[in-house]
Amino acid sequence: MSAKLVLSGVRKRFGDNEVCKGIDLAVQEGQMVCLIGASGSGKSTLLRCINLLEPVDDGTILLDGRDIAEPGLDPQPVRARIGMVFQSYNLFPHMTAAENVMLAPRRVHGRSRSDLQAPVTALFERFNLGDRMGHYPDQLSGGQQQRVAIIRALAMQPEIMLFDEITSALDPELVGEVLDVLRSLRAEGMTMILATHEMAFAQEVADKVCFLDKGRILEEGPPETIFGAPREARTAAFLSRVL
Amino acid sequence: MSGSETTAGGLSRRAAYEARQRKRAMRVAAGSTAAVVLALVLLVPLAPGWEKVQRSFFNREVFAKTFPGLLEAFLTNIYIFAWCAPLIAVLGLVIALCRDVRAPALYPLRLFGAIYTDVFRGLPVILVIYLVGFGIPGLGLPRPWNSPYIWGSLALILVYAAYVAEIIRSGIDSIHSSQRAAAASLGLNEKDAMRFVVLPQAIRNVAPANMNMFIALQKDVALLSFIGPVEIFRQAGVYKSLMANFTPYVGAALIFLAVTIPATRYADYLMQKQRRART
Repeated sequence: MSAKLVLSGVRKRFGDNEVCKGIDLAVQEGQMVCLIGASGSGKSTLLRCINLLEPVDDGTILLDGRDIAEPGLDPQPVRARIGMVFQSYNLFPHMTAAENVMLAPRRVHGRSRSDLQAPVTALFERFNLGDRMGHYPDQLSGGQQQRVAIIRALAMQPEIMLFDEITSALDPELVGEVLDVLRSLRAEGMTMILATHEMAFAQEVADKVCFLDKGRILEEGPPETIFGAPREARTAAFLSRVL
Repeated sequence: MSGSETTAGGLSRRAAYEARQRKRAMRVAAGSTAAVVLALVLLVPLAPGWEKVQRSFFNREVFAKTFPGLLEAFLTNIYIFAWCAPLIAVLGLVIALCRDVRAPALYPLRLFGAIYTDVFRGLPVILVIYLVGFGIPGLGLPRPWNSPYIWGSLALILVYAAYVAEIIRSGIDSIHSSQRAAAASLGLNEKDAMRFVVLPQAIRNVAPANMNMFIALQKDVALLSFIGPVEIFRQAGVYKSLMANFTPYVGAALIFLAVTIPATRYADYLMQKQRRART
C-alpha cells in the first residue's frame, strides 16, 4: 500500500531554535491524522512545512511519491493541491464570503465566476451557510468565519487538508459547529492532518494520533492506544494534564 | 431636579446625571469662548498699529474689487491639481511596488525605487520646481513643450509621488503576514496575492494619510507661481502691486481655507470611520 504523504527526517530551524528535529510520518489516503502535544512542540510548524509555507531545512516530503520539499521547487502548484485552515481564520476582510471562496479557483484554476456559482453555492449550503455568502467576514461569527475558511480551502478541491488548531480561537459554544464540518469531511473520505487540543474529538475521529514533544514525534498509534495505554511517560504526563 | 430621577421621561439616574453634566459643560464652554472673542474684539483695535493693519490687510473695497479675479485665478490651481493628483497616485503606486519586488532580475527597479524616494523626499519642493521648471525648458524645447505648466506640474508629481509611495508601502507593510500566508496556502502566486489580497487592504488603510497628502498638494500648487503660471498666489501679488494693498493675500487665504478645511474634515471623518470599522 502506498501512502499519500510520507515525511522522513523533516527538520526545520528558526535561528537557534530547532522546531522540527527529524520528523517521520506516513499518511494513507483517506486517513485522519491528529497531531497532539503542548504549545511549541512543533505541530503548527510541521503543518506549515507540509504546505511549503515554511521551507524545510532537511528531509523529504513525498506527495504521491514525489518529493515536494526539494529546494527550489515551485511551491504554488503543490499548495493548490493541499488545503490549509488556520487558527485565526485569515479570511480576506475586504471580500464577501463568496468572493473569498472564489478567488483562488478563479486565479489558479482559471475558472469563471458564473462557472463557480453553482459548486460554491452548494458548498455553502452543505455547511449551512447558504444565507451568508454575501456577508463580509466581520459580519460573521467566529464559527461561521472558520467554516467559510474551510469552504475556501475545499473549493480548490484539495487532495489533503491541513487544519492548524482551527477551534482554538473560538468561543466554546462555537467549537461544535466547526468540528461537525470535520466529521462530515471524514465521512466523505478526505485525507486530513489536524493539529488540535480537542482531545475528545481526536479520540473520537482519528485513525492515527501522533504525540509531538520538543520537535519529535515521540509516540504514534491508534487513539485507543495513545489515550488508553500510552507507552511513553511524557505522553501520559501530557494527557493527564489536558484530559 | 432632585427626586425627578424616576419621572424624568424614563431617564435612568445615570442618564439624568449625564444630561445635567452635559448642559453645564456646554454653558461653561460657551461662556469662555464668548469671553475670549470679546477680549480680542475689544483689545486688538487698541494696538497702536491696528488702523494701519486694517487699512492694508482688511480693506473692504480692495477685497470686493479683487476677490472675483482671485476666484478666477484659483481655477488654474484647480486645473493643475486635477491633472497632477491622478498621475501622483499612479506613479506613487508604481514606485511603492518597485520597492517591494523580490526577483533578483528586477533588483534595478528596487534600487531605483529606493533612490527615487530618498532623493525626492530629501529636497525642498520649491527647489525641485526651480530645477525642473527652469532646467528642462532650458533645453530649448519647442512650444508647447517649454510651458512652465508642464514642467512645474512634473516637479510636483515627482515630489508628491515619493511621499505617496512611502505611504502606500507602509500600508503594504501593515497587512499582517497571515493574509499572505492564507493567499499562498490557496496556491495564489505572489503577484495575485499582492493584487487581490494585500493591495486593496493596504490602500484602504492609508486612504486618510493620502488624503492629507493631496490637501498639502492643493496648497503647494501655489509654489508654481515662482516659475511663471499665474495662479491665485501670483494673481494676489499682481493685485497687491497694483493697489499697494495686502488685502488680496487675505482673500487668497480665505479661498484656500474654503477648500482645505472641508477636505481636512473629510479626511478626519474617513479616519474615524475606519477606526470604528476596525473595532
